[in-house]
Amino acid sequence: MKKVFTRPKSLKDIPMHYCPGCTHGIIHRLVAEVIDELDIIDRAIGVAPVGCSVFTYQYFDFDMYQGSHGRAPAVATGIKRVVPDGVVFTYQGDGDLAAIGTAEIVHAAARGEKITVVFVNNAIYAMTGGQMAPTTLMGQKTTTTPFGREADANGYPVRMSEMLSTLDGAAYISRVSVHDPKHINKAKKSMKKAFEVQMAGEGFTMVEVLSACPTNWGLSPKEAVKWVESDMIPYYPLGEFKVPSEV
Amino acid sequence: MAKILMKGNEAIGEGAVRAGCRYFFGYPITPQSELPHYLAKRLPEVNGVYLQSESETSAINMVYGAAGAGARVMTSSSGPGISLMQEGISYLAGAELPCVIVNMIRGGPGLGNIAPAQSDYFQAVKGGGHGDYRVICFAPASVQEIIDFMRDAFELADKYFNPVMLLADGILGQMMEPVELGEEEDVQIPERPWAANGMRGRGKKNIINSLYIVPEDMEVHNQKLARKYAQITENEQRWEEYRVDDAETVLVAFGTSARISKAVVDKARDEGLRVGLIRPILVWPFPVKAIEKVIPHTKQFLTVEMNMGQMVEDVRLAVAGRRPVYFTGRAGGMLPVASDVLQEVKKIMSGGAE
Repeated sequence: MKKVFTRPKSLKDIPMHYCPGCTHGIIHRLVAEVIDELDIIDRAIGVAPVGCSVFTYQYFDFDMYQGSHGRAPAVATGIKRVVPDGVVFTYQGDGDLAAIGTAEIVHAAARGEKITVVFVNNAIYAMTGGQMAPTTLMGQKTTTTPFGREADANGYPVRMSEMLSTLDGAAYISRVSVHDPKHINKAKKSMKKAFEVQMAGEGFTMVEVLSACPTNWGLSPKEAVKWVESDMIPYYPLGEFKVPSEV
Repeated sequence: MAKILMKGNEAIGEGAVRAGCRYFFGYPITPQSELPHYLAKRLPEVNGVYLQSESETSAINMVYGAAGAGARVMTSSSGPGISLMQEGISYLAGAELPCVIVNMIRGGPGLGNIAPAQSDYFQAVKGGGHGDYRVICFAPASVQEIIDFMRDAFELADKYFNPVMLLADGILGQMMEPVELGEEEDVQIPERPWAANGMRGRGKKNIINSLYIVPEDMEVHNQKLARKYAQITENEQRWEEYRVDDAETVLVAFGTSARISKAVVDKARDEGLRVGLIRPILVWPFPVKAIEKVIPHTKQFLTVEMNMGQMVEDVRLAVAGRRPVYFTGRAGGMLPVASDVLQEVKKIMSGGAE
């Protein structure tokens, strides 16, 4: 019988620590499939962040770093400058990338660092107990916005993809979602494109992935993916914000 | 070979290049600017990379990435910038990555000023960042020493898989002195089978990491680091002795204040006073062996520092209550004056110090 589904070579066969219904596992799998398909496992180098995906360095089966909170793009810059033929990526959450690491992501993009950023946006600090994130939606309840996010007290959620796509150094920027199979397939295509643009030396690339956090949203896994569609996508529209002319 | 005139900051750059360093990541700050200026021109000549980061925080994390990928790499800054780097230095120490960090110390705390000081001694030798770690720390006293120590600094970093710091001040950075560069030697950088630079057929992944989530594992790592630090403390103490053989009073000073202290020793000797100097060349590990050696004939110690009294604590630890240890110093960018220090020496030698 023909084998139609198997574990990607780039993903280790060990249990992941993610909560039931969390979509980090799907996003890990997409990254691993793309690295397998591009046949770059021997020159792939990833940087794990601080946050829920801190153990990413254990799950991928190629060279990995664990970087300090928010600084993954700086770490990736150091790596890529030493290993120009490496395929270097960071895997970062919204607190890591859009709050504490804002300077690093902006300037890595501005310099046109030839890296790929997998930006997992679940609108919350999950690892530390469900606090408000820079991407938390207006009205969204978190442990630090118990009555819902309000503009007066908390300001507005940040749209990183739109912001970064204004920079000349950014070559490819997209926002995708993994709330259903159709969107998962689209997300993978976009991720592959981002890695290909990096490998073509075009510049900085980023794929923002809208991700579900049932545990900290207080929803069932099914309700959580629905919430991505009904509440997140209207504020964070999907699509490609920056594409190199020749791709 | 003919001597040439060189500024200390430039000497750091040339010394680094001759030591095989090909990567520099840094953010502008006074008083170390001539170093990035020099390397921005020099590194491209040797196919190296000079990169100006968006902050010191980023610079040290770029160093983390580059060191993990196997590069001989450095950064440089001054007090406030070094403070921003502390988290990264802690990560480098935790992940056991070799690199060199230069601190051209300026006056502090806060924004302080841009004048020469030694007020970052505590920060350099007692950790600075979070967690239980140590940084090997050179304290050169001349431009020639800067040239000579850069290679030692990179070699010790490699030998012990540890960040190495070079502590100096604006005087050493800005001062021009004649130096002997010598022939450019062939530098052999040790193999780095642990580097995470792509598996490239090695068949097994490498991980650069300082996370040990299980307390039992973290403790094992802490104990391993402690054994390494004990080994460094045993093997790498380095100091210069100046006229200490029969000294009754021993001055202890490093860097610029050691140069001033040498003049004090000479003046005191001219007046028939038996005074000598111990100059730590590495301030971590602190040269306790030097103190031990002179204790039998020494009646008292006097540290001379460009701060309000920091290294004096390490001298007291080494002396362990056996002799009195005094301190004199100037701070905020002011320098100790040899005649004032001599007065202090006379005061303590006549039993007049408080």
